[in-house]
Amino acid sequence: MLIFEHSKAGRKGAPQSPKLKASVSDIPDSFLRKNSAALPEVSEMQAVRHYTQLSQKNFSIDTHFYPLGSCTMKYNPRACNTLAMLPGFLSRHPMAPEAQSQGFLACMYELQSMLSDVTGMAAFSLAPMAGAQGEFAGVAMIEAYHKSRGDDARKEILVPNAAHGTNPATATMCGFSVREIPTLDNGDVDLDALKEAVGPETAGLMLTNPSTLGVFERQIETIAKVVHEAGGLLYYDGANLNAILGKIRPGDMGFDVIHSNLHKTFSTPHGGGGPGAGAVGVAERLKPFLPLPVVTKEGEDYRWMTEKDLPQTIGRLSAFMGNAGVLLRAYIYMRMLGREGMVRVAEFATLNANYMMAEAKRRGFELAIPDRRASHEFIITLKNEARDLQVTAMDFAKRLLDLGYHAPTTYFPLLVPECLLIEPTETEAREVLDGFMDAMEQIREEAKTDIDLVKGAPYTLPVKRLDEVKAARQLDLAWKADKAK
Amino acid sequence: MPFIPHTEQEITEMLQAIGADDISALFEEIPAHLLAGELTGVPEGMTEMEISRLMHARASQHPQSVCFLGAGAYEHHIPAAVWEITTRGEYYSAYTPYQAEASQGTLQLTYEYQSMMTALTGMDVSNASLYDGASGLAEAVLMAVRGNRKSKLRKILVPTTVHPSYRKTTQTIVQGQNIELCEVPYDETTGVTSLDAFKQQAGDDITAVVIQQPNFFGNLESVDEITDWAHENNMLVIAVVNPLSLAVLKAPGDWGTTGADIACGDGQPLGAPLSAGGPYYGFICCTQALVRQMPGRIVGRTVDQDGKEGFVLTLQAREQHIRRSKATSNICTNQGLVVTASTIHMSILGASGLEKAAAACHANTISLVKQLSQIDGVEPAFNSTCFHEAVLKLKKPASEVLLALAEKNILGGYDLSGSYPELGDAILVCATEMRSDEEISAYAKVLAEVIA
Repeated sequence: MLIFEHSKAGRKGAPQSPKLKASVSDIPDSFLRKNSAALPEVSEMQAVRHYTQLSQKNFSIDTHFYPLGSCTMKYNPRACNTLAMLPGFLSRHPMAPEAQSQGFLACMYELQSMLSDVTGMAAFSLAPMAGAQGEFAGVAMIEAYHKSRGDDARKEILVPNAAHGTNPATATMCGFSVREIPTLDNGDVDLDALKEAVGPETAGLMLTNPSTLGVFERQIETIAKVVHEAGGLLYYDGANLNAILGKIRPGDMGFDVIHSNLHKTFSTPHGGGGPGAGAVGVAERLKPFLPLPVVTKEGEDYRWMTEKDLPQTIGRLSAFMGNAGVLLRAYIYMRMLGREGMVRVAEFATLNANYMMAEAKRRGFELAIPDRRASHEFIITLKNEARDLQVTAMDFAKRLLDLGYHAPTTYFPLLVPECLLIEPTETEAREVLDGFMDAMEQIREEAKTDIDLVKGAPYTLPVKRLDEVKAARQLDLAWKADKAK
Repeated sequence: MPFIPHTEQEITEMLQAIGADDISALFEEIPAHLLAGELTGVPEGMTEMEISRLMHARASQHPQSVCFLGAGAYEHHIPAAVWEITTRGEYYSAYTPYQAEASQGTLQLTYEYQSMMTALTGMDVSNASLYDGASGLAEAVLMAVRGNRKSKLRKILVPTTVHPSYRKTTQTIVQGQNIELCEVPYDETTGVTSLDAFKQQAGDDITAVVIQQPNFFGNLESVDEITDWAHENNMLVIAVVNPLSLAVLKAPGDWGTTGADIACGDGQPLGAPLSAGGPYYGFICCTQALVRQMPGRIVGRTVDQDGKEGFVLTLQAREQHIRRSKATSNICTNQGLVVTASTIHMSILGASGLEKAAAACHANTISLVKQLSQIDGVEPAFNSTCFHEAVLKLKKPASEVLLALAEKNILGGYDLSGSYPELGDAILVCATEMRSDEEISAYAKVLAEVIA
């Protein structure tokens, strides 16, 4: 039932409105709206009950194991939320004077420093509001760098075919053409193809390492050399940073620019799809191009850098300071982890993934890349089950929901047929991982004995499988007062 | 102090199952000489008690000032229930609703959000949100370029009365795509953009015009005549609006004869705290004709196998995870949690609550401007109708005046001298429904002392 269907004309919530009897009658009619907007008219309690009940229809980290590959669904410590929402932070206007914002600015400055250290980069900007915007900032800096050298011929960005969709989409947004580089069966980039692809038109290569196939790119030094010798720059997509946090730094691998998804590695909440934060870090030669604002320290005082400090900046990405409250949560989380904690995150995320991979193999599931160590995630391919039992990765995903597990990432990376990309994260206990693998086995048994049971899943959720074709063909994107029954 | 549950015995058994001697063996594929040493730039870990002490100390470094500062971020009352519900783990710690059956809460809420935004803006459809108002304008411009197939030159008219940071952000984001943003100056007496000013900038082929209502100075633009003129000349109209103002001001869908084509803006006034600049969210709505040019996620209502109502992400063929380099945008994550807060906020206040808040903002600002203008050395810069912000000219340097006010714990407004040097010493002031008569009078009293 929609909130609009709880609505009764004339129902109001008096406690939430100002007492002031004000009107806008001095504003000429031509500027005013004629009818009130068709928002729901409900009591406060009806709204609270409705949205509490809706929340109960969600899976979340707080309620379920959520092994969504490449999304790093780890525990979001409550302290990060509580402390970021202290009144002293919440009531701070973004344009308040710097002298009255030193506490906030100190956190941002230290966050920049910690990110630089843990990734091996020279400097960071916290401006980007999501991973994709971080990618945009990074690729825009690559463009600005080449332009500043009068090198206008570099029109192409190289992207492995296993990359996230945002990589090619970002390159296009920045005005580049995209060339895909194939990946070998063992998960490494096809080096020969890369050597053939690079040249005077190469602006850069965007790489995720460990890759979306869940393995570490072993030839990274050679790749860096090939790209750099061709005059290109190397971009690090930080989606999988959790796998190597504190163990190996992108800067030491030869990357010139990186973005870090703070909502993955640094545990800020995913919030049902954001807000995220996609801080960008750069090597020395890209520092002049960082997006604004950046926090700097002079003596004991913190202040924003402006166009005067960074005349070659690629510019602004938001009206104010990006997702400031998200950045505070990441800061709190990083301070809690500390330097030893960072390394342990990578170690136990990797331990959990390799343990699940070993268990999957032992239980007879086929691995996409069987003979290598997993990073913080790994891939099961269900192509045999699809062939022999006519059961798909999507069927497994839906049946897992019934058994109390959020499904892993399905059908990504696109290279692997019928795949599940599984990322347990370091915060899950062994018995949960075992329970998940038991569920996978159970579903395979069910597919052998009662295929309809699996094909019809889920049964225990608020709805069964939804008609996506109808949703796309008969678009119903908003409740409209005049169309309601 | 990481959040890791493993016991020593479990670690041993798990390594045995893997067939590895120790945890470092799991990293053996990384070239050994590349492994990092100790992280010198990261301090030692802290317990929750320690970090709590630190953050309370940091937060208390900020004085609690009385806020007359707006300029794109506004202090409004937010019902306590809004963030209580929003930070429930089921909303807070869920991800993008890719598994629709396990995400009906977020999906239905987003559908309700889309419905509320189309009601406020008078447009046909809304997406599930963008990052913020500034980047939302950039996406609107890109969308107009894709949507206006009659136009070849990719020129957009942007009045200088549009928020300066919005213009800068848009420039950053569209610069790679051969799009020209042409500035349209405002009238120095009225502080709004005249139709003649648009006409003077217009060539044969303009893709779209941007109109901010109320504009950055708080003044109301002649949206009807600009919209009609733009449409007569084959341009699309992009409205940048404050969603709270739409409780009382004409919806973009009703501008002129046919309405704006795209409406965007920042959702912050609808339930997001100031929070040092974010997270807020960008909203974007459009006509049915442009729906396939929309960036970002969209939720649709459909039915399940039994014919029961349900909600899914739809029109995904536009998006980066399907279309890759040919997607309408690279956007992936949006601002879901803030949208959750905003949806609950709009439900609790309803249209009448938002109307009362908007009217109180307007009345307080009128009262503020009246009292401040009585001070010798302070005068209104323009003679137009405003909503809840106004420009005042000062006889003393604006930066000094604002600093002196700040020392008395009054955030007196936004210094316009950086972005609008032609105005001389001028500030943009705002009084929302949160300001009391006493606070407004106190501001007038202190300003009179400072400016004397």
